[in-house]
Formats: sequence, C-alpha cells, structure tokens
Amino acid sequence: MLAVSNLTKSYRSASETVAVLRGVNLQVAAGESVALTGESGSGKSTLLHLIAGLDSADGGEIRLADVVLSDLTDAGRAELRRDRLGLVFQQFNLIPSLSVEDNLKFQSRIAGRHDAKWHDELVERLGLRHLLRRYPEQLSGGQQQRVAIGRALAPRPLLLLADEPTGNLDEETADEVLALARDLVTRSGCGFLMVTHSTRLAATLDRQVHLHAGLIA
Amino acid sequence: MSRAVWTLAVLLSHWRRHPMQLATLLIGLISATALWSGVQALNQQARNSYDRAAATFGGTRTAMLVGSAATFPQKLFVDLRRAGWPVSPVLEGRIQIGGRSLRLLGIEPVTMPTQVGNAPTLGTANLQAFVTPPGQMLVSAETLADLKLYEGATPLANDGTQLPPLRVQAQLVPGVMVVDIGIAQKLLNKPDQLSRLLIGKDRGPRASLQSIAGDALRYVEPDAATDLERLTDSFHLNLTAFGLLSFFVGLFIVNSSIGLAFEQRLPMLRTLRACGVSARMLNTVLVAELVSLALVAGLAGLVCGYFIAAALLPDVAASLRGLYGAQIPGQLSLKPAWWLAGVAISVSGALIAACASLVKAIRLPVLASAQPQAWHQAQRRWLKFQSAAALAVFIAAGCFLWLGDSLLAGFAMLAALLLGAALLLPAILERVLSLGERGATRPLPKWFFADSRQQLSGLSLALMALLLALAVNVGVGTMVESFSRTFVTWLDGRLAADVYVNAANDRQATEMKTWLRDRDEVQAVLPGGRADTQFAGAPLEVLGLPDHTTYSDHWPLLESIRNPWVRLRAGDAALISEQLSRRMNLSIGDRIEVSAPGGDWPVEIIGIYADYGNPKSQIAVNYAALTRRFPGTPQTRFGLRVAPEKIPPLLTAMKEQFSLDDRNLADQATMKAESKRIFNRTFAVTAALNTFTLGVAGIALLTSLLTLANSRLPQLAPLWSIGITRQRLALIELARTMSVALITALLALPLGLLVAWCLIAVVNVKAFGWRLPFHVFPLQLMQLLGVALFAALCAALLPVIRLARMHPAALIRIFANER
Repeated sequence: MLAVSNLTKSYRSASETVAVLRGVNLQVAAGESVALTGESGSGKSTLLHLIAGLDSADGGEIRLADVVLSDLTDAGRAELRRDRLGLVFQQFNLIPSLSVEDNLKFQSRIAGRHDAKWHDELVERLGLRHLLRRYPEQLSGGQQQRVAIGRALAPRPLLLLADEPTGNLDEETADEVLALARDLVTRSGCGFLMVTHSTRLAATLDRQVHLHAGLIA
Repeated sequence: MSRAVWTLAVLLSHWRRHPMQLATLLIGLISATALWSGVQALNQQARNSYDRAAATFGGTRTAMLVGSAATFPQKLFVDLRRAGWPVSPVLEGRIQIGGRSLRLLGIEPVTMPTQVGNAPTLGTANLQAFVTPPGQMLVSAETLADLKLYEGATPLANDGTQLPPLRVQAQLVPGVMVVDIGIAQKLLNKPDQLSRLLIGKDRGPRASLQSIAGDALRYVEPDAATDLERLTDSFHLNLTAFGLLSFFVGLFIVNSSIGLAFEQRLPMLRTLRACGVSARMLNTVLVAELVSLALVAGLAGLVCGYFIAAALLPDVAASLRGLYGAQIPGQLSLKPAWWLAGVAISVSGALIAACASLVKAIRLPVLASAQPQAWHQAQRRWLKFQSAAALAVFIAAGCFLWLGDSLLAGFAMLAALLLGAALLLPAILERVLSLGERGATRPLPKWFFADSRQQLSGLSLALMALLLALAVNVGVGTMVESFSRTFVTWLDGRLAADVYVNAANDRQATEMKTWLRDRDEVQAVLPGGRADTQFAGAPLEVLGLPDHTTYSDHWPLLESIRNPWVRLRAGDAALISEQLSRRMNLSIGDRIEVSAPGGDWPVEIIGIYADYGNPKSQIAVNYAALTRRFPGTPQTRFGLRVAPEKIPPLLTAMKEQFSLDDRNLADQATMKAESKRIFNRTFAVTAALNTFTLGVAGIALLTSLLTLANSRLPQLAPLWSIGITRQRLALIELARTMSVALITALLALPLGLLVAWCLIAVVNVKAFGWRLPFHVFPLQLMQLLGVALFAALCAALLPVIRLARMHPAALIRIFANER
C-alpha cells in the first residue's frame, strides 16, 4: 500500500547542506503496523512529513496505493491527506476553539466521509463519551491524544501516520493510548506507521524499522 | 461546499472562544466605518443642498447674461427676445419675514427655459395661479417649517407688505422664495429692473449680443461646479481629512486584532492544512470570514455613522451658514449610494488591515518553522526599512510644500508629514530604549529595556495611532486657539461701533439719523454702506467706511502706507482684504479698476486688512466716495458711538420710537457674543472629530496591549518562576506602557506644533485666503499630554490587572505546554 523508494532529502543552511535522507526504501502493507525508530536527528520525522505530503522530497518516490506523491500539486497533496491519511502528532494539534466532539468529527466532515456508526464506536472505544462537550484545554495529555487518534481515524484512512504520539505522555498513559490506537487500526484495516524512539513501544507493533544516518538500517 | 462551510465554522469557532478579541475587531471596524461614513453623510447632505441651490431657477449651471451693476433695465430683455435670444428674466433680492432674511427670486415661467432648475414642475395648471394676482410664493418645506407657517398662508414682510400665498415646491433649497417677476419687482421696489437673463438652449438665428445690448450685458458660461461647491470645498476637504484620519486610526485597531487572531490561530491553520484543507480553500475561507465580519461591522458602523452625522449636522449646517451662507436642511436624507459606499469602505478597510496577515496565511508553511528566534535582526531590518520610508515621505512633504500650489497639495503635505513621523516613531523609540538598556546596570532594569525593545514591533502600530491622534489634536487645538485669540482681537477692530442699527428702508434711516443727532448721549453716527460688484470676473464687496477715528483707531490693518486714513478720504484709494490680496497677488501701491455704474473706478491700494471668514473678496473705501460712485447703495445700516452706560436706555428709546426689535438693533456686546457663538460652533465639529480620533487611538492602544498581554506570558513566566511577584510584574508592564506612551506623547507635541504651522501657514491660506499669527499655548499642550497619559493608563490597566490577578496555574501552564 505504501511504497517508499530511494527517497532523498537535504536541508540547506547558509553555510552547509545537510543530507537527512539518503535513499530510504520502505513498504507498509494494508493492515500492517510498523514502528520507525532511530536516534534524534536521524530523519524519522522528516520521512513521516514527506509521506504525509507536508514537505517535498528532493528525489525518489513515495507511492500511496495508486498515487505518486511527487506528481501531486499542493492541492492534490492536501486532498490526499484529507481522504487517505490520518495524522497524529506529539503535540496533539487539536483545534482549541472546537469541542471534543467537533474535533473528532472535523476531518471526516471535511473529507465528506462522516460515518455516524464508526464515530460512535470511536467515541466508545476511546472512552471519550463523557468528554464530548469539553474543550481541548480542559483535557489531560492522554485524553487529548485519544481525541487526536479518533480524529485521524474518523474518515477511515488508508494509512495512519503518527509522529511520537506518546512523547508527551507518561509510560502508563502511553501504553494505554497506543493499545487503543493499535486496536482501532486493526478494526479499521488501515496501515499504521509510527515514529518513536521507544524500543519498548516499537516492539508492540508488527515490524520495526530503524533509521540511521539517513538510511534504513 | 460543505468542506468550505466546515472550515469556516472552525475558523469562526475561534471568535466564540475569544469574544473580547472579536469585540475589539468589530469595535475597530465599526469606529472606522462610523467616523468615515458620518463625515461622508455630512458632505453628501451639504452637496445635495448645493445641487438644489444650483438648480434653483438659474444657478451657476445655466448660461446667463449679467450686467455690470446689480441690476439692469428690463428693456434689454425685450430687445433680446425680439432679436431671437431665448432669454428669460430673473430678479433677485432679499426680503425680511418675521425677522428672517430670505432670498427672493422673481422668475418669468412662460419664457423660463425648460432645462433650467425645476421650472417644468410648475405645471400648466399651477402656472395660471403663479402668474395671476395674487400669485404664489414658492418655498421649500424646510423654509415653511422654519417660518412656522402653513401652505396657503399670506405672511407680511417686515415693511408691512402682504406677500402672495405660500406653496411648497419640494425641489427648492431652504431660504429661497420664488415669485413671478412682476411681484418681485414690486416687493423689491425695483420696477422694470432685472438681475440676470437665463439663456435657453434653443438654436436659431439671433443677432449678436453686442449689437443689441452693447456693453451693458456680458455672457456667463454655465459652470459644472457651483459657487457654493467651490467655496465650501475647503470645509469639506477638512472634514474628509478628519474622517480619513479617524478611519485609518480605526484600521490600526483592526490590524492589531486580526494580527493577534492570526498569531493565535497559526497552530489551528497548520492543523487544518495537515488535515487536508488546501491552501487555496483555507485562504478563500479566511477572506470570506473577514468579509462576513466586515459586512456585519460595516452595517453597524453605518448606523453609528448616521447618528454621528445627525448629531454633528446642526453644527455643520451652522458653520456652513455662518461661513458661506449655505443653507443645509437639518434633517439627514441619505442616498442608497452612501450605504453601499459605507459597506464597501468597511470591507476594503478590513482587507487592507488584514493584508499582512492574509499574506502570511497564503505563505504559511504546513510545518512550523524551526528557525531560531532572530527577532533582533528582523527588527533591525524592519526599523531600517521604516526609517528609509520615513525619509522618502518627508522628502515628498517638502516637495508638496515647495512645488504644490493647491489646497490638495497642502493636505498632501500634511498627510506626508504625519505619515513620515509615524514611520519614524519606532526607530526613535528603539533608540531611546537601547540607550536605556546600555545605561542600565542591574539585571531587572536591563531586562526591562531589552524586553521593551522586543515588544516594539507589536506596539508600534498603536503608538503610531496615538502619535497621529495627539499630533492632530495639538495641531488643530493650536490652530483653533490661535484663531480664537486672533478672532477676538479682530472682532474688536471690526465691531468698533457701540450700537448697530439696521433700518427697514432709506426713509426710516434718515428719520433715525435726524432723531439721533438731537440726542446728547450719541457721540457719533457712523454711516455705512456696501455695494456688490465684480472684479476680475469674481464677486467683490465694496465697503464704505466713514472718516472717523472709530475706524482709524481700530480697523484690523495687517499692513498699510503711512497715514492711510488721510489718504482714504481722497476717494481714489482703497484698503483691500487679505483674501483679495492673496487671490489676485495684489500689494500696496498697486492700482485696481472697480466696476461702478458710472464707469470703472480706479483706486490705489494703500493697505491690507484681515477679513476672516469672508469667502468673498472685499475692499474698503471712503463712505462718501462709495455713495458717489454707487449712488444706489442702500443707506439703511449705520453704527453709533455712545458712552457705555448710556447704551441700554438709548436702545430702549430707539425701540419705542421706531418699533425696532433685537434683529434690527444690537449693541456691540451682543454682536460680539453672537459672532463668538458662531465661531465656536464652527469649530465644534472639529473638536468632536478630534475627540473621536483620540478615543479611537486609545482603543487601538488597548487592543494592542491586550494582544501583547496574551503573548507575553512566555516572557513573564520565567521571571515569576525566579521570584518576581505577579504584582511586581504587573507594575513593570504598566511602567513599560506608560514610558513608551510618554515618549510618544512628547514626540507628538513638536509634531503637533508643526502640524499647526502647516494648517496656519499653508492649508488655511490656500483654503480661505488668510493667514493667522502663530501662537503656542503651553497650558493646552500640558493638558493634552495629561490626556494622552491618562488614555495610556486606561488602556494599560485592564491587561495589567489581569496579570496581577493571574492564577499561578496559568503561568505554570506556560512551562507545561509551550507550543
């Protein structure tokens, strides 16, 4: 479903060019969950951002189902994120002015794929029923991340991308949130690619991929 | 569509969670729209009246023939008609009803060209009633209401003549009465005399004007702009300039609110983009959101603008009547175009104010920038750019001053001066704060100055608004105060007689003078007269002054030859008004030819005097010479010199003897009080707009401080964590606001004085034709400084109190979730 081949990306500063990705190859199948690990600065988040179409690669190819990302315009990449991807960030990135319920519905609404039954199931499984009328600032970190996972999965994406989703959470909450995410990914049948530097959490997924010096080790 | 609606709903949800921010945005837009629309409503109302006046049976929009004197024989009309000229006669004069002086127009409806004024609406049915005795007197509804009369009433003129029944003619301008020409000739006691001949557009063979009328008549081209429009242009330009200033100060608020909202919504916008909202849709929805808010605020602003205009209209009408004799109805009637223009200005204003934020949104990278906080370098670049822009604008101001020769150039110079000063303000503040930082040795003061420098970019727009509002207040205040002081001195000179008398006619005037000469308390009877003529194609008033020390001791001469009053006696010399001197570039020693009934009257200019507030050119000559050259001059007005304690009994005696009322008999004190009342009313509008502008600048400062307060916590929380109490932090914040406001206000004072000088030496001269002496009023400056600091204190208080009372949890959250 996701095929990344020979992907390169560099950042240029005034004095030097830093090659962050130097020919990355990666596949994620439908229903598979993959942990992407690596030390700080190894390019994990950059790779995730490129797959999400948030940034553009210098070379190589990213193919999601039948779509090649480099062929897409900015609007096309936005459409891809809207219709086929779910994104979860370390900082939760909820919309502070919307209630929990509206945050949950937001992406499925703009994708035009709101499914009331699936929404209900997400609310139930994520344990958010009693929090629906609250605003993000009134939630704990774990609760906010559950809302973010729910929002990302609500439109039933092909692939869920998570960038250090438990980085801001304590160990117990992190385990609980990740378990919920895995369960929901399995139920929705989508692929799951998670960036983490916790080998303990990475071990709970189907496969671990280690990124080192811009290459998959 | 639903995608766009959802995105819009998400954007709008921000305002629901931040109602105060929404309120400041709306207040900014509403005040900007209200002040601009209010001023435009006043201008539109006045211009409508000028149009009505111009369309009144042969205003300046009609081609016409006029004589060299005020009237000419009716025979010329007959001769011209016979020679094929499509002319129609008009006789104009003034008539007094119930103490009110009204303009009387006599027309001849049968020959009246159909293109002229509202002649067609007389209708065939009414035509008969209009021309056959007792005739009809057409008036506007406003005049009828003003006279407290009803349609069909036959009022008496002040001299006892019964007037024809009144009939309302909707299109007529207030203060005008229209009758058949035969009736007008009787009422004005000008048998077989005409003021002008209106020319229709009928084309046909006609003899030349010269062959029929010789030099007795001259052709006057129709004019697109009326005299009133020309005369009042400067007044309206003044109002418009104020409206524009208030509008821009209002936009500073909008800019500040939108900037804050954008900064706060930056993570939201990124999340939206990450969730798949395309940049194009996001930008479209951002614009749609702004336009919707601007529409709502625009409508509210229009309603407020209407009320502002309605509140100011009486003063504006009084000013226009006092300054130019223009009659403006007291009831606002606005065209649909005003409403549409108001909404359009609100939307365009919002888009202009949001421009920077919208550009940022368009260029927004989905991923947050990982660049370090290079605020210092960025600010330095920004200050350099602004200083360079300020320099360019100052050069432009200089060019306008030296090369411009119009009123518009005067205002452009003023605008460039203010804009340049506003652009330079942040650089000056930066310099002062940087010097403070260098001089500070202890850590907290050093942080205070360094942090204040960092806040400059956020505060600078509001401080610019404060600088502009204060400078304009100082400038206009100094100008008005200078004018007021000069006006009082000038009035003492112009109203030197102790009592002023206005007789009903020459016969009564002679009776009065004979009676007065027998009274011991009357030290002198000072006859006066005024004739109207033309000079260089423009109207000219010729004032006759008797040879008496009352005038030689008090007349407000600006410059003259030695012993001008002796020279004036000869009858071949004249004093000219400052307006005429500037308009025609005339100076002492020049000779001019005054058109008089007996032929041109050559006079030498021997002095120039101040004639404030008079839109017409004027010359003053010896009274005896005037009556010789203009034999028809009414001799109904004269002044008296009376010992002060004898004035009240004399007035009582005259009222009893000649059945006079207060309108025809007034002492100097009453006249001066009335003049001062008109003067103060003239500047009431300016004062009101001044206050509004300062108020709006205060709100701009408040919104900026609220804006900054929300983004200040990450800077303040670390200080709190190392042991500086919230109360102390609040005091530091207050000190920061007050110090930058004080520096701004201190800079505004010299800038305001420069503005005053520009108003006095450039704008007034070009607008009105006279220049005032420049005075500085230290007390007034201190008061304004106090007002500025008070406004800053009020604006700073709310954010400071919020900080002082802030729950520690809010500060802890900064460390827990610093996004």
